[in-house]
Amino acid sequence: MIELLLEPFGYQYMVKAIWVSALVGGVCAFLSCFLMLKGWSLMGDALAHAIVPGVALAYLLKVPYAAGAFFSGLLAALAMALVRVRTQLREDAVIGIVFTTFFAAGLLIVSINPTSVNVQSIVLGNILGISDEDVIQVAIIAAVSLVVLVARWRDLMLVFFDENQARAVGLSPMRLKILFFVLLSACTVAALQTVGAVLVIAMVITPGATAYLLSDRFGRLIWIAVGLGVVTSAAGAYASYFLDGSTGGLIVVFQTILFLLAFVFAPKHGRLAAARAARAVSESAP
Amino acid sequence: MNISTTGLPGSADVKPSIVVEGVTVRYGNGVTAVNDASFALGAGTICALVGINGSGKSTLFKTLMGFLKPARGSVSIAGLPVRQALKRGLVAYVPQAEEVDWSFPVLVEDVVMMGRYGHMGFLRIAGQADREAVEQALTRVNMLEFRKRQIGELSGGQRKRVFLARALAQGGQVILLDEPFTGVDVKTEDAIVALMRELRAEGRLMLVSTHNLGSIPDFCDQVVIINRTVLAAGPTQTTFTHDNLQRAFGGALRHFRLGGADLHDDDDQRHVTVITDDERPLVLYGKRESETLAPGKTNGAKTDGEKDPAP
Repeated sequence: MIELLLEPFGYQYMVKAIWVSALVGGVCAFLSCFLMLKGWSLMGDALAHAIVPGVALAYLLKVPYAAGAFFSGLLAALAMALVRVRTQLREDAVIGIVFTTFFAAGLLIVSINPTSVNVQSIVLGNILGISDEDVIQVAIIAAVSLVVLVARWRDLMLVFFDENQARAVGLSPMRLKILFFVLLSACTVAALQTVGAVLVIAMVITPGATAYLLSDRFGRLIWIAVGLGVVTSAAGAYASYFLDGSTGGLIVVFQTILFLLAFVFAPKHGRLAAARAARAVSESAP
Repeated sequence: MNISTTGLPGSADVKPSIVVEGVTVRYGNGVTAVNDASFALGAGTICALVGINGSGKSTLFKTLMGFLKPARGSVSIAGLPVRQALKRGLVAYVPQAEEVDWSFPVLVEDVVMMGRYGHMGFLRIAGQADREAVEQALTRVNMLEFRKRQIGELSGGQRKRVFLARALAQGGQVILLDEPFTGVDVKTEDAIVALMRELRAEGRLMLVSTHNLGSIPDFCDQVVIINRTVLAAGPTQTTFTHDNLQRAFGGALRHFRLGGADLHDDDDQRHVTVITDDERPLVLYGKRESETLAPGKTNGAKTDGEKDPAP
């Protein structure tokens, strides 16, 4: 039995998949603590889809895929800004139009050149088959992002909570918000490899949302979210060996299961606790 | 750490002041929100900022916070340009309740700690001095026992006191308070006013935006009345008058007057004027059209505008 459970660790590609997933899952979870508080979730989703054509072209032209992703993400952001300024459309409509356009372009590029990279690995991720060059790119992106987040999370928290106070203590909210979006873009690119463009959004929302139900303190919330991100991502990669299923699918399913558990059982903000509190109130009333 | 020699944030050796000179602020869409506004305030002052909604109160606050840059004119705080004053942590800000995300996962003590950022190093790790400042500030506003509560679990008055504590922990010499009495019970209002008086005695400068006209003569020694520009600025006694308020508010104010036969059987010439901008009304009592006010209880009580004995 033990032998069977340890079997994945005998394969280098599995070990690689597990630690890369865990690293990316952890950093994405860190970012999720911020993203879920601001109503910017759709933006994260848009970003993940908008980088697809860049990644496709990068593989086609044999340049580092992160460079392609960055370029196409930037283009998408500019396109959104342009449509927004030039029309009266609502923000979500603008985001919806731009990101689907980019995603469609990406799918087209990939399908016309089937040899460069297949559609499935971009849309659903392909961590089990990740190349060593890609591992290096992902690891560098994730590690640098993590270091920046650890150094600056308190400043980011203040900007997200109260921009005026951030200004009052001499911080620049604009610069910190740009920093956040650069990190978000970078981590989206990294997560593309593990869970694919469609599921990136779960990585940068769900762990933070789960942790939000479990703690009222931002510092602790980050620890919980990162812990959840690391464990679910590593477990997803590990379990995909036995189930022979999509790694991205498993990671997100694990994250969702934990969210549901927190939703019901969280000590203070869960449904059971809410029901208990309601009962206590009705009992204490005459 | 010797604050006074290093000139670090919130330095107590700085003499607080606000000097606004000929400030014009325009928004991106070309609308001029404030035109040619000027006033000056010194240390040990509580100044009320009075005007209707849309008169430029919040624009002025944003300009003092360095968020908006004046198209013309200059703002200096403690003799420094706004940006430098902010860098030194001289300006503390108490926000309106609507500006705050009350579901944000922070505890009371975390919020107060945010006032200490300017005192911390690059990584914003709280030291002994920071923790002590937070504790002192919370004690001062009588909120120490709530330090471990999530901010959304507090009442309106308690929330206000937490943000006041943050301003105290920051050590700001100039404190901007945006509508501090909105959604606050009378007891808390009194507590806030008492605290502000203490801070004035310490030499700090407070600028208070408020619709609570009735309580202004109680605790504000200066008043700035604005409507797109500064209509009047100066000591409450001479500036906070019926005429000036009339100019600032025009028809936007609930305003009625009882006099003559409604009030007296004899031929006493005095009349009662009630002016209200949604909150505690301002009550004037006297003969002339432009009664000046002496500080005193105005919550429905007679002001000392006239020396005549009451009938």
